[in-house]
Amino acid sequence: MADTISEPSQSETSAERSQKLEGIGCKRKRVEDIRFTQGHGNYVDDVKLPGMLFGDFARSPYAHARIKHINKESALKVPGVLAVLTAEDLIPLNLHYMPTLAGDVQAVLAHEKVLFQNQEVAFIVARDRYAAADGVEALEVEYEELEPLLNALKALDDDAPVLRDDLAGKTEGAHGPREHHNHIFTWSAGDEAATQEAFDKADVVIEEYLAHPRVHPCPLETCGSVADMNPITGQLTLWGTFQAPHVVRTVAALITNIPEHKIRVISPDIGGGFGNKVGVYPGYVMSVVASIVLKKPVKWIEDRMENLSTTAFARDYHITAELAATKEGKVIGMRSHVFADHGAFDACADPSKYPAGMYHICTGSYDIPTAFCSVKGVYTNKAPGGVSYRCSFRVTEAVYTIERAMDLLAQKLDMDPAELRQKNLIQPEQFPYTSAFGWEYDSGDYPTAMAKTLEAVDYKKLRQQQAQMVEDFKAGTSREIMGVGLSFFTEVVGAGPSKNCDILGINMFDSCEIRVHPTGAAIARLGVKSQGQGHETTFAQILASETGLPADMITIEEGDTDTAPYGLGTYGSRSTPVAGAAAARAGRKIKHKAQLIASHLLEVHHDDLEWDVDGFAIKGMPDKRRSMKEIAWAAYNNLPKGMEPGLEAVDYYDPPNFTFPYGAYLCVLRIDVDTGVYSVDRFYALDDCGTRINPMIIEGQIHGGLTEAFAVAMGQLIDFDETGNILGASLMDFFLPTAVETPKWETDHTEVPSPHHPIGAKGVGESPHVGGVPAFSNAVNDAFRAFGGVHTHMPHTHSNIWNYARSLGMIDS
Amino acid sequence: MIPGDFEFKQPASKDEALSMLRDGGDDARPLLGGQSLIPMMKLRMASPDILVDLRGLDDLRHISIGKSIHIGAAVTQHELIGSEELFNVCPIIRETALVIADPQIRYSGTIGGNVANGDPGNDMPALMQCLDATYILESSEGIREVKARDFYEAAYFTALQTGEIVTGIRFPKPESGHGYSYQKLKRKVGDYATAAAAVVLSLSGDNVKSASVALTNLADTPLFVEKAEDILVGSQLTLNTIRATMDAAEAIMEPVSDGRGSREYRTKMGGIMVKRAIEQAAMRADGTAKGGLFGWLKR
Ligand SMILES: Cc1cc2nc3c(=O)[nH]c(=O)nc-3n(C[C@H](O)[C@H](O)[C@H](O)COP(=O)(O)OP(=O)(O)OC[C@H]3O[C@@H](n4cnc5c(N)ncnc54)[C@H](O)[C@@H]3O)c2cc1C
Repeated sequence: MADTISEPSQSETSAERSQKLEGIGCKRKRVEDIRFTQGHGNYVDDVKLPGMLFGDFARSPYAHARIKHINKESALKVPGVLAVLTAEDLIPLNLHYMPTLAGDVQAVLAHEKVLFQNQEVAFIVARDRYAAADGVEALEVEYEELEPLLNALKALDDDAPVLRDDLAGKTEGAHGPREHHNHIFTWSAGDEAATQEAFDKADVVIEEYLAHPRVHPCPLETCGSVADMNPITGQLTLWGTFQAPHVVRTVAALITNIPEHKIRVISPDIGGGFGNKVGVYPGYVMSVVASIVLKKPVKWIEDRMENLSTTAFARDYHITAELAATKEGKVIGMRSHVFADHGAFDACADPSKYPAGMYHICTGSYDIPTAFCSVKGVYTNKAPGGVSYRCSFRVTEAVYTIERAMDLLAQKLDMDPAELRQKNLIQPEQFPYTSAFGWEYDSGDYPTAMAKTLEAVDYKKLRQQQAQMVEDFKAGTSREIMGVGLSFFTEVVGAGPSKNCDILGINMFDSCEIRVHPTGAAIARLGVKSQGQGHETTFAQILASETGLPADMITIEEGDTDTAPYGLGTYGSRSTPVAGAAAARAGRKIKHKAQLIASHLLEVHHDDLEWDVDGFAIKGMPDKRRSMKEIAWAAYNNLPKGMEPGLEAVDYYDPPNFTFPYGAYLCVLRIDVDTGVYSVDRFYALDDCGTRINPMIIEGQIHGGLTEAFAVAMGQLIDFDETGNILGASLMDFFLPTAVETPKWETDHTEVPSPHHPIGAKGVGESPHVGGVPAFSNAVNDAFRAFGGVHTHMPHTHSNIWNYARSLGMIDS
Repeated sequence: MIPGDFEFKQPASKDEALSMLRDGGDDARPLLGGQSLIPMMKLRMASPDILVDLRGLDDLRHISIGKSIHIGAAVTQHELIGSEELFNVCPIIRETALVIADPQIRYSGTIGGNVANGDPGNDMPALMQCLDATYILESSEGIREVKARDFYEAAYFTALQTGEIVTGIRFPKPESGHGYSYQKLKRKVGDYATAAAAVVLSLSGDNVKSASVALTNLADTPLFVEKAEDILVGSQLTLNTIRATMDAAEAIMEPVSDGRGSREYRTKMGGIMVKRAIEQAAMRADGTAKGGLFGWLKR
């Protein structure tokens, strides 16, 4: 396509040339959508190799049981079934357990015991998926049921059932001593004694139990892989739904002993991740094992129920939140204790050095001088995981804690929740601000964001309307009430600085490699992996602004470990803060060399040149210039003496700090008390993500994140009955809102760039989720404030809302 | 989510279909839109060896309107919604079909499959009870008719015998000027009812002339609220008569607790749906005294 770009004519102004680049700030249309909207994406399930076999899991019907006997023959006699693999087959390879990202191990196939319903028990490999499914149905497994443990709050009782026989006698866990057979870790941060002092001297304190129930990221594409072990070359190619392909390659090398250079991991197009595709799952491992054993490519693809019931849930935090304040409403202390339900194995996809991730961002956007938090992780008979569902690890939980707590404190003080927040916001002049937990917030102007929000929605008037509706309800002339929910959130994203983060000992830098071709077109490869975020569009924009090559002339490629530089993947809003920074810096390296070439072409010292949108000109002589296109050509045939040919650069970026996107959200909803049915009248979202690379993509990310926040707050729940059967693991029950249920979103922004990021960008994909969940929950709770309500838990389903209204005496019967 | 092996048969005529079903016995199942049966097969909760596809049978595709209304079993929900003739005489059919599943499912799903399925979550059975419909059942042995109000025995158990199919549905044309309402509470598009109520009534002056109430997904079968007629007919629509109808309806409900809510919640919602359906039906009915008597309904 090189011939389609026209050389900028001398008469074009810099503004015109700048526009042609479609660089930072441009609402450039998403280039990947051309293939996605025409059905030409290439997802894992589109990978079809000659002779490919299909694997499927036989899964446990019980939450806790001993495996007495597996009759492989029962499945092997099904036509088309070629192999039945069980833990016994993996033991000689030492693969029946695999390491998790959280320092525990997880059963690849259940050995002796099953620990959650739908746990992987046997892998059945067949000529096609139909035969594999028949084999699964035919397999006979004899179980002896054991007492299940489902309530995390009871996990550490003396008489709680023992779940992990494999850990018997192990008193030291990955994060310190273990106190009980179901205990994983206890972790704390902050100053406990000073916090106690603050609570002792406070005029007002609040304490509330806030459940953040188990939910699931539920990407539209489920997890899957295709493994192709070539028995001749010893080369393993593994396609999969991996948010972090390089990490998968390293893990695969470590657990299989296949040398890392003989493993090629490819993440093709990914249909949404939201944290669900960070972890390593038994299905991936089994597709590899089966390919080695059967010497054929093997595909494994989850169905929806398997996805919802086995691969990586999120949340399941049982939180106690406390605030201490003066009677004027100045918060002087914050405390939180958490019981964290990690399921049967500690397989949290946690990239930080802390077992509760970034939960200690829970002082939020407020200047709170002292704080303390502690988190206890426990085992239960539920699926393992614990992923950051559209947030950095445990940030949604943390923001929920502080934002609900602020509303509760406002209520106790009989103060308006907006006013209380305004009193406590960190002030612009306090940045960089060190929180009580030691985070260094890089930048922000919180009061402006808050003021803009309150003005945009006419907050005073909303409160008047609400008061009127309360009056009408109390007078018996209406059965509707109204809630106004605020949240002012601060995120911590861009994992991350090596002082805080690593995955299996690997620092969490990211990377970009760029090659400019002779005609001025280029390819850039990055260590992250888009799952729909639009990297092919936005990273080209960053490079366009940095290098002066039009975005349309830059191909962005990710996801193939044989070609992309090493990186730690996409989650936790890290792509722009980390890989985006690497891209900017790689672009600057290109520009640096280009300047030297331009000085040679224009026969002046390079210090006498200045950058002008898409090329270099002699200072004060804008007509004496060389465009990047000309310079790229010269890089291959007309270089200064001694300079190596070509125009390429690589950058590995270890961020000095996290970035701290923030925002103010406000939700207005009405509740029909007689049914618990709600309607969202208004949702206003103001975000500050620093420099805005592509405002259209930002808006799309916000819409998506708000929709998932709405889903979590109002309906999503992975529930269990008392025997451990998972309830509602299908889209009939699991709440995935359609366009009909989804409210209309109003978006707005302020723009305070990050001072330490090369282009000032902070990341945005997760803010709407993190900030949205408490805004919805606060709105529901706020509706009941005038009727004596204090706190009702998520999900705010019709029936839960109705039950709460009834508990407050608002429904007679 | 992958079905077991089965044989797929496409008969050219109704007679051929009936003999295929006779020959197949318990191993054979009729198929219409497949929107209930195929998911069950994918979950391996149903595993018929033979599927007899009835979609191509023209005899099952007609809607005819005379003194009574006849709808062929293979008419899709989408076609029910689109039929202006049907809407003009019995608008509650469209109202109900519009809250079934989503447009994609309604393109395939049929009224016959919906009423024959026996799933208490299906919306058409309660409506058919409300309209006092008769199902026309045919087998290679012959034809018989069963009232919708007598057809349902338990979840997935109906009066249908092996080898028998529903070929059509017939019900008396509701009198003109009747009021109607299908009120369905659900969690989201595509969901089965948390609770739903169908009401058809007519008024004469201030008095209820006829009334019929039936309920969806509030027991293991659809429920016809027999007492509603006694309570409402001849009386005026007051808060008390409506309350009495709600009580009579709630008394026969036995919903299960599930993701939609507890048994208690669903029962109360059943009552609320009855109330709202009666109110809306009354507002829509031709009557003489709407201004005065119905003033309170509008608040
Ligand atoms: C996501 C989803 C949401 C849904 N939501 C709703 C909803 O809200 N409300 C609702 O009412 N329905 C709902 N449905 C079901 C849908 O309406 C089905 O179309 C309907 O229940 C069955 O009609 P069908 O034509 O698809 O029948 P099929 O699935 O083909 O058959 C259903 C059953 O009836 C039998 N059968 C088929 N034809 C005959 C016949 N002529 N005689 C005797 N037996 C026969 C079959 O053997 C089978 O047992 C939903 C379905 C899905 C997938």
